[in-house]
Amino acid sequence: MTESSAGTTAASTVRGIVAGHGTFASGIISAVEQITGRGAQFIAVSNTGLCLDDIQGTLAQALDRTGARVIFTDLPAGSCTMAVRRMIRERPGVLLVTGVNLSLLLDFAMQDHEDPAQALQSALDRGRASMVVHGAVPAVA
Amino acid sequence: MPIALYRIDDRLIHGQVVVGWGQPLELRFIVLVDDDVASSEWEQELYRMGVPPEMSVHFHTVDDAAARLAEFDRNPQPGIVLVGDIGTMERLVKAAPGHIRTVNVGGVHHSPGRTGRLRYVFLTGAEEAGLRAIEAQGVEVTAQDVPTARAVPLSELLASSASA
Repeated sequence: MTESSAGTTAASTVRGIVAGHGTFASGIISAVEQITGRGAQFIAVSNTGLCLDDIQGTLAQALDRTGARVIFTDLPAGSCTMAVRRMIRERPGVLLVTGVNLSLLLDFAMQDHEDPAQALQSALDRGRASMVVHGAVPAVA
Repeated sequence: MPIALYRIDDRLIHGQVVVGWGQPLELRFIVLVDDDVASSEWEQELYRMGVPPEMSVHFHTVDDAAARLAEFDRNPQPGIVLVGDIGTMERLVKAAPGHIRTVNVGGVHHSPGRTGRLRYVFLTGAEEAGLRAIEAQGVEVTAQDVPTARAVPLSELLASSASA
């Protein structure tokens, strides 16, 4: 299985597709669900076992079925990212966010009253700001 | 230095290549051999934007790449030659006899007509024959998706079975 959702919410409420390696997408969506109860806003797509064309086909079906306009991927050079970038050439209204993390996704999920494109603005800031080193960083010799 | 890896991977440039192999091998360039991509500026830009800044990507047709293999080997930086299918690698091997000594089968994913051999390798009869033809050129063919996995010899690969 390459596509899954966190809950039973109707497809019309899906605001984003999360795509990535292994169980990354279902894992991060489960974290959103655990923290906010809003995991059903997202559909998970895994690239496991799929060639590039099949990844692209699975993502296209997910977009068509849900009407979502935002796709979050894990790795800028990953196969899901490459598939989405190829696909959005034909779908100018779709937005791709690479390197998604939990802070970003949580902020996006909490703004379910906002237009998804608008919600991304602050969500991206949250995601970027969440990566912080605590403690003493060893000096480079 | 000699090309570090000749890889067959239907995803071409992606996470396993850029990070999984790229970091331990300290890859600094990728030679992407694909006749279609070599003639498409848009496809090239897509792949170029997918690699980190320390890595460069070069695009060649099979014939062009075969003529440049010695040139790639003279590059002082570690590099990889990447093709998207078995037929392309077979053509490359035969176009430069004796040059390529090892071939890595990194990803040939499920599609209709293919039989599962490993979790990441599914082959048609023609593709199996293609791998045997590569081996018959004196090339060691193994399947290995990431560096930490065991390299599976061709004979073992073709005797294996896996489901999608």
